[in-house]
Amino acid sequence: MSVTLSPVALAAAEPLIDANVVDYLMVALYFAFVMGIGLAARRAVSDSIDFFLSGRSLPAWVTGLAFISANLGAVEIMGMSANGAQIGLPTVHYFWVGAIPAMLFLGVVMMPFYYGSKVRSVPEFMFRRFGTGAHLVNAISFALAQLLIAGVNLYLLGTIVQALLGWPLWVALIVAAVIVLSYITLGGLSAAIYNEVLQFFVIVAALLPLTLIGLNKVGGWDGLMDKMQPAIDAEGETTATVAEQASSWPGTALSGFDSSILSVVGIVFGLGFVLSFGYWTTNFVEVQRAMASNSISAARKTPIIGAFPKMFIPFIVILPGMIAAVLVTEMVELKNGGTPAGGASGEVKYNDALLLLMRDVLPNGLLGLAIAGLLAAFMAGMAANISAFNTVFSYDLWQRYIRKDRSDDYYLRIGRLATVAATIIAIFTASIAGNFSNIMDYLQTLFGFFNAPLFATFILGMFWKRMTPTAGWMGLVSGTLSAVLVWLAGNPDILGWFSLPGQGLAFVAASTAFVVDIVVSVVVSLATEPKPASELKGLVYSETPKEDLIDPDEASKPWYQRTVPLALLASVMVLVLNFIF
Amino acid sequence: MSDTTKKTAGAFDIRNFIGLLLGLYGIILTLMGLFGDKELDKTGGVNANLWTGLALLVVAAGFMAWAKARPTVVPDHVERPPDDETRPAPRNKPKPKH
Repeated sequence: MSVTLSPVALAAAEPLIDANVVDYLMVALYFAFVMGIGLAARRAVSDSIDFFLSGRSLPAWVTGLAFISANLGAVEIMGMSANGAQIGLPTVHYFWVGAIPAMLFLGVVMMPFYYGSKVRSVPEFMFRRFGTGAHLVNAISFALAQLLIAGVNLYLLGTIVQALLGWPLWVALIVAAVIVLSYITLGGLSAAIYNEVLQFFVIVAALLPLTLIGLNKVGGWDGLMDKMQPAIDAEGETTATVAEQASSWPGTALSGFDSSILSVVGIVFGLGFVLSFGYWTTNFVEVQRAMASNSISAARKTPIIGAFPKMFIPFIVILPGMIAAVLVTEMVELKNGGTPAGGASGEVKYNDALLLLMRDVLPNGLLGLAIAGLLAAFMAGMAANISAFNTVFSYDLWQRYIRKDRSDDYYLRIGRLATVAATIIAIFTASIAGNFSNIMDYLQTLFGFFNAPLFATFILGMFWKRMTPTAGWMGLVSGTLSAVLVWLAGNPDILGWFSLPGQGLAFVAASTAFVVDIVVSVVVSLATEPKPASELKGLVYSETPKEDLIDPDEASKPWYQRTVPLALLASVMVLVLNFIF
Repeated sequence: MSDTTKKTAGAFDIRNFIGLLLGLYGIILTLMGLFGDKELDKTGGVNANLWTGLALLVVAAGFMAWAKARPTVVPDHVERPPDDETRPAPRNKPKPKH
């Protein structure tokens, strides 16, 4: 089997990955399934499809998997493996200090408010709690964030197209954008639940063999630890020693702090509390999965059940990155301070770790499965960003502030135009993403600008009824501005007043945004007029009857079907994982 | 679809759907492992396609057996899910008249 599809005449370079007919067959099969179910759903072929798509009374394992699958995109796969290659084990903090506690908090504390108030988007919650000012600020920043993050997904999608066909990156980006547009219009997204669950299994089926083969090749866990090299940047400075990479705590290589104590504080507060809680609890792309379930109890359990598979994801995303840093010659050279040629931008970056490992260890066949999994994840991720942008743009911005009271058809047309416009803009934001050698640095920076202040305003607004509408928008604005300021000051290429390697700068910017937001909100609240308590029912903790927040049937169920015991079990498991690694 | 009182989800049961795709992948990979280029120098001496293929077949069989053992019962009247504005796919076509 050595039939290779020759790259089209356009090819500027040899393709990175040598895919053959069988690989393309694997990819085509996935698309046939996903597009097929999308079309079948729209044609109303079978009641069963409607049943599964309506999300009502779906088994918890399905909604739980859909919940984590909606997030198992570019960030998780490429970003985490890039991080794994660069700084090793401390990357697990994104999962065990970051995501899991935040998911549990979402299920236990936040979900009842979302489910009870029936809001469909973050800006909608802002509108009901704080009125116009906070709504407008939030809707604009949310739309902007989605465009920037769509760029990240598109960039990664483009790198795969490029690796497969060897086209220049800008051509690959345009091709990738066309692929995503056709995915959206052909209805792939309308079969969301099927897609997401299918995507989860395809990705696991691709990454698990990759990890096992890689691990086998380096001589198991001990072999990996023996062969690990310190990370040296282009200036010849060591950014992560072997010892720092081989143990998750104190994670100085991740946070960029020299002091272990500061590093732990930075990770727990900056990454764990502000960034991850901000990301998971205000991310409606995720929250919607849970809102579709049939009871408040099922909605609360969705992120908690998702937490169980989520805690083992690091083993199939971070570990391959660490293996790539040992096995792949280009990665070894990069980690040693060199600038090997190849990869997406003509120069190998940490982001290329996973693709290069796939090239080196996967035989044709499995290679196709891995490509299908990656394409699926990034495509769905970008489509979800574009969709979220579309909703907020058409309904929260256009309809509320620019053209009121037009027909549904009118807003539908606006939505379509917004989809196309967003895809085109994403081609440009993708080139911003391409400038960062480690995509996580970029994403955490963005989350610091947008999610951290949002989380501060959310949490204060939910638990402090005195918080006023004016405080709502002023908190958001000052939080975001302070994060941008910290980032500008700490970025060596701009002001460079101080320097923090790794993701430390993003953590500090996010923490600053959080603190500034809280302080400004409190000060402004005390000087302005609050909303009457009657308008805050279902939106503020103290104004919401306790019966609205819990499911009366839950107490009679066995422990493994109840929210809190499940959350406790997940916390204990995560603590154990933290101690082992 | 018959008019028995209990209608099961059949081929569109999400477990059968997963089982079918993973099963097809399993078959292709197993065949590649048996007849294709094993590329043992890449994988470090393991026939990766074969083992992954077999594992996928087992998982696929598991999903299908699960769907068979405990079928999902679809209620008689299923509401069409409303169009989700956050997912700008083309709108649903109206349900065909019975």
